[in-house]
This record gives sequence, structure tokens and C-alpha cells, in this order.
Amino acid sequence: MVKSKETKKTKYLNPYLGGVLLGIVLLAANFVAGRGLGASGAIKSTVVTAMTTVAPSSAEKSGFVKEFRESHTGNPMKTWLVFEMLGVIVGGFLSGAFAGRLKFKVEHSPKITSRKRLLLALGGGVLFGFGSQLGRGCTSGSALSGMAVLSLGGFITMMAIFGTAYVLAYFFRKNWI
Amino acid sequence: MGPLAINEIISENTNLFLAFIIGIGFGFVLEQSGFSSSRKLAGVFYGYDTVVLKVFFTAAITAMLGLLFFSLFGWIDLKLVYINPTYLTSAIVGGIIMGAGFIMGGYCPGTSFCGASIGKLDAFVFIGGLFIGVFIFGIGYNLWDGMYLAKFLGSPKISETLGLTDGVFAFLLIIMALAMFWVAEWAEKKFPREEY
Repeated sequence: MVKSKETKKTKYLNPYLGGVLLGIVLLAANFVAGRGLGASGAIKSTVVTAMTTVAPSSAEKSGFVKEFRESHTGNPMKTWLVFEMLGVIVGGFLSGAFAGRLKFKVEHSPKITSRKRLLLALGGGVLFGFGSQLGRGCTSGSALSGMAVLSLGGFITMMAIFGTAYVLAYFFRKNWI
Repeated sequence: MGPLAINEIISENTNLFLAFIIGIGFGFVLEQSGFSSSRKLAGVFYGYDTVVLKVFFTAAITAMLGLLFFSLFGWIDLKLVYINPTYLTSAIVGGIIMGAGFIMGGYCPGTSFCGASIGKLDAFVFIGGLFIGVFIFGIGYNLWDGMYLAKFLGSPKISETLGLTDGVFAFLLIIMALAMFWVAEWAEKKFPREEY
């Protein structure tokens, strides 16, 4: 059976409807667990686990691990955000499968090579990872979830993230447009 | 009643199971909205695709209003809900570093996992970068813990800081968001779009 090209490209959800649904998910997180959504927290859990597994003695002396332990008891992988992020991977995959978007590819502007895109993705990831620790959460945990509970810090971090990206957008325009 | 886990209405393991279910909803909605595409995400900074702005602010407002109404109906005790603490210096500096990472990498942590889940290789590399970044922060912690802990203001609400009630602030935020949505719709018409 020959599938027409139209069925391959499923349209995205209306953004306002997507926003309301995402808001309901965030509300559910607060109602169930008394905390919002997050992403970088799960990475922190993994890094803490790796550090305490590979070099237990020096890890226990690290202020980073100590600070994590003050707010988390027990196994760092048995935390809310780790389970939530495992769900994100499953949910994203299911959505991509339903919409026919499952495909291995490097997405980039035709003006740059895949190699350049991957190097920039790596650099961007390093910066975002570092910044999310300093800012106590990323776009999900600090900005979005913080705004929903009216946290002053959440609003400040949101403005700093989007403000900086707008200021720097000109210099990175070839990578996207 | 809520939050269920804090009021011990559900067990710790049920809470973790629900975290997984909520995560599925999170990932599903992100992907359905197009957040698995870095070029779609970056579009908000050039005006050719403002889906990020629309989804992000609609979600924040929906959850904020939901919490305020749930509290009004007595369904949730907002005093038990975690409010992100405010460390002024690190909130700003961390946000600036994240903003630079966003425009370079095209993803944020949540959306990169979403992109990776449908096979975006640039998202996998971005996630690799995230681990490196968090690890660098961890091993060098003593170098920046001064900045990390500076200017601690407690966990103030922005409505308190501005001297407004939560309801009035929420109303003003909705008006602001509607104005931004109007600008966003205008920008999408003005700047050319392409399918990607």
C-alpha cells in the first residue's frame, strides 16, 4: 500500500491548546506532589549517583553532593524528577510515534553543516547544564514551575533566560534561519 | 486535600508512579506542540515561529489560575506547595548562562529529552552537554558556591514583592500575556516561515 505524503507530515497541536494541556499537567504535579515539573534535577541526580559510585570518598567531601543530600534522602535515583523524566521520554516517543515523526536525524539550518550543529548543541548543552545548577532549575523547574507558584526567583530566571537569548539571537542567526 | 503526597493521602511509591504518569503527559504535550524540534524552538527568538512563547505562557497562566482556584475551593493547601526560593545573584547569572545555552543549542533540558525520544541526534548531543555542564558545576562547586548562595531572599512571591494580591497579579499577567500573543501573531505574519 502506498501512503500519500500528506499522512507523513502530521501537524502540530494548536499552541494555545498545548499550553492549556501543559498547564493542566503542571497543576497535576503540584496537586499530587506539592511541587512542579522539572528536567535538570533528574540530570543532577544522575551526576550525583555517578560521582558517589565512581569516587565515593572524594564525592562525599564535595559541597555539591552534600548540598544535594541536604534536600534528598535515600537513593538519588529514586526521586520524583527521575521518574518524571523517564515518563517524558516515553510520552515524547508515543507522541512522535502517533504523529509519524520518529526518525534519526540532525536538525539544522541549510546554511550550516551537521557537524557545526552538533558542536553548537554540545556547547549549548554544557552551558545550559551549568546554568541550570547555578539557577536552581531550568526552563521547566525554575522558570515555568516557579511562575505557576508566583515565585519571584522563577520570574527573574525566566526573564534572564529569554532576555539573554534575545540579545544573543543576532549573533547566532545563521544557525537557525 | 492536596498536595496528596505531602498530606500522606498517597504513599511515597504511588507518588513516584504518578511522577512517571505525569512525565508521560509532560513529554506527550511537549512533543505534540513541536518542542521536539530545535528550529521550531529557536523560532521564537527570530519571530518566525512563536510556539514557545504561546505554549509557555499559556501553561504558566493555566497552572497559576488552577492553583489559585484549587486553593479557593479548599482542594489544595498552597502553604504546602513548594515555592522556588530566590537567590538573586544566581537566579540572574544562572538564567543568563542558560539563555546563552538556549540560543546556541536550540534546546532546554526538558525539550532535549523530548527531541531525543523521537530520534533527534542533536538533542542526544545536547543531553551529553548537559551532563558535562552539571558535572563541571559539581566538581568546581567550591569555586562558585559564594555566588550560588549570595543574596538569599527566602521564598517570596512576586505578588508580595510588588505589593499586590495574588489575584490582581494573576490578572495583570494574563493581560500581559494576551498582549504578547498579539505581538507573536503579528510577528509570525511578518517574518517568513518554512516547514522544517
